[in-house]
Amino acid sequence: MLEIKGLEVKLEEEDKQILKGVDLTVEAGSVHAIMGPNGSGKSTMSYVLSGRDGYEVTGGTATLNGEDLLGLEPEERAAKGLFLAFQYPVEIPGVGNMTFLRTALNAQRKLRGEDEISSADFLKLVRAKAKELKIDAEMLKRPVNVGFSGGEKKRNEILQMAMLEPKMCILDETDSGLDVDAMKLVSDGVNALRDEGRAFLVITHYQRLLDHIHPDVVHIMANGRIVKTGGPELAMEVEKNGYADILSEVA
Amino acid sequence: MMVALLKPKLDALEARLAALSLPEGGWSAAARKDALSRLGATGLPSARDEYWKYTRPDTLNAPGAPRAAVFEGSETPIFSQRDRLKITFVDGVFDPAQSDALELEGITIERLAEAGTKDIHWAKDLYGVLEARGQSPVERPLAALNTAFATDGILIHVTGTPSKPVSLVYIHRDEVSDAILHHAVKVESGAEITLLENGPAAARFNKVLEVEVADGGKFHHVRAQGRDHERRAATHIFARLGEESLFKSFTMTANGVLTRNECVIEFTGDDAVAHVAGASMGDGDFHHDDTVFVTHDAVNCESRQVFKKVLRNGATGVFQGKILVKKDAQKTDGYQISQSLLLDEDSQFLAKPELEIYADDVACSHGSTSGAIDDTALYYLRSRGVPRREAQDLLTLAFLAEALDEIEDDSLAGEIRERLDGWLARRRG
Ligand SMILES: Nc1ncnc2c1ncn2[C@@H]1O[C@H](COP(=O)(O)OP(=O)(O)OP(=O)(O)O)[C@@H](O)[C@H]1O
Ligand SMILES: [Mg+2]
Repeated sequence: MLEIKGLEVKLEEEDKQILKGVDLTVEAGSVHAIMGPNGSGKSTMSYVLSGRDGYEVTGGTATLNGEDLLGLEPEERAAKGLFLAFQYPVEIPGVGNMTFLRTALNAQRKLRGEDEISSADFLKLVRAKAKELKIDAEMLKRPVNVGFSGGEKKRNEILQMAMLEPKMCILDETDSGLDVDAMKLVSDGVNALRDEGRAFLVITHYQRLLDHIHPDVVHIMANGRIVKTGGPELAMEVEKNGYADILSEVA
Repeated sequence: MMVALLKPKLDALEARLAALSLPEGGWSAAARKDALSRLGATGLPSARDEYWKYTRPDTLNAPGAPRAAVFEGSETPIFSQRDRLKITFVDGVFDPAQSDALELEGITIERLAEAGTKDIHWAKDLYGVLEARGQSPVERPLAALNTAFATDGILIHVTGTPSKPVSLVYIHRDEVSDAILHHAVKVESGAEITLLENGPAAARFNKVLEVEVADGGKFHHVRAQGRDHERRAATHIFARLGEESLFKSFTMTANGVLTRNECVIEFTGDDAVAHVAGASMGDGDFHHDDTVFVTHDAVNCESRQVFKKVLRNGATGVFQGKILVKKDAQKTDGYQISQSLLLDEDSQFLAKPELEIYADDVACSHGSTSGAIDDTALYYLRSRGVPRREAQDLLTLAFLAEALDEIEDDSLAGEIRERLDGWLARRRG
């Protein structure tokens, strides 16, 4: 599904190399987790994959189902099925959450040459999905993420994912800031979407999330590279011992 | 004023007067004569006047209207789908064929051209009166010119709460038409009315609206100017507000080479509320000026000024807004915000926010900003599949939203939003 080869990225404005050759393959139907120390480049990788400005790709490739991602506009990547749940969801004053969801959904459909969703179907869909995530109607009426608590913002990201039904879902620390119950809701939301044709890349610092969303593969990113890949037991090891052992082992 | 500075203003006036004739007879004659003498003392605005620092008055002063091509839009005119009392002026001339009968329960409604020649009329205490009060501390010669020479207008006496809005429709047909209209609205105690205005009116339009709201009365005003490209307009609203009254005025402007909208509000009764707001979109050869002057001369009144301008391709936006709080106007709550969204580096926003406060127990704030589209928000929207242009437009509408929030009636606000949305979408193609 997602194939990253030798990806090297520096900041556009500064001479600062952040990704130094990332290799990562996520197969359809699987859940991969990425862990790694602060500042190792996890968010940068997710931004670069989704097409954020400010980064320069100096080497390597990234493809989604065999198609080059890096040459596409962010909206084209989204239409092809890439979704990033942001570590820091963005507040957009003046744009209602419902308008935002409907515009996004219809824009993707249009880019894929599909018909727009009817207002009635949209309302039905959004209400059902919001209910599952315990997002109340009042929150849907408010401007996107404005005045949302940290946890509400994260749930709102998952609501967007549930509405857009992307193929490749990258979750950047969606668990940070969630209370225990919300963590369960969010995980259920993710698990409900798991299927053959979809893959997840879950960036997290904590084993806790991985208790709910069982990953098939766990990667450790450090200093702009994937330095170790293993099974779920790798996350346990990080939880217990931190990164020191792993880092010294690969150094 | 120094004679040397006054001379060109008087010369401009003389040239202008040569092209105008003073309507005669009736109660309005005295008001017109008074206005003319006020005008004789000030002359017309000059580019050297502080108040006209950002907007050139010459084409508004000129004896003839500069040519303006008639804009042929394909969309149905705004407000046309709603239940309303419609009154149409074509190039400033009343058109009975496109107007409803001037009858509506709760109000009396007459044309200035007809009622102005009577000997006795309620409007005598209003017509030109608020305009004259509004001449100090800053002179507004184009408004005095209007009082003197207005050829027509609508006089509305609101004694109840009519079931539908009065809707003034201005149509532009003649490329050199020069329209001068003067409306006066008196809202009696406890009465309420909504006034709608739309359309380009003429190649050049000088309009005054005087509004007196008595204790507990309510006045709502929603106006749409545009989408024609070449017209020029100088408009004034003068409002005087009684105790516990409400005044709300919102203007949407799109295009127009020159628009100067002045709004002069005076609180004379306690506990009253006045909100003035504007959302404008300018593209290219566009100059849009909102000049607002709010005087608090009563206790515990609330005023809000919310002006938002979206500018691109070298468009210019101007905001001059003042809150004057007199010595005894305690507990005044005055708020003023003017913001521009500059979609490119050629466009400019010139703002002059002013507070002048003589009371000690007040809460007044003002702010003015200029900025570009928020890149992070743009990226966020795009990452959800919204194409760049559409995302930009969504953020543009979001920027204007605070001004639209000032429209009390949700369906009117919705109609304005739809228009703006439609115009943005049309540009995207
Ligand atoms: N725009 C930027 N300007 C300056 N430095 C940047 C920028 N973007 C990323 N960096 C730097 O790149 C490195 C990687 O940052 P990134 O946010 O990708 O880390 P991360 O692995 O997601 O960390 P965390 O676990 O704390 O979220 C950090 O050192 C960060 O300071
Ligand atoms: Mg991060």
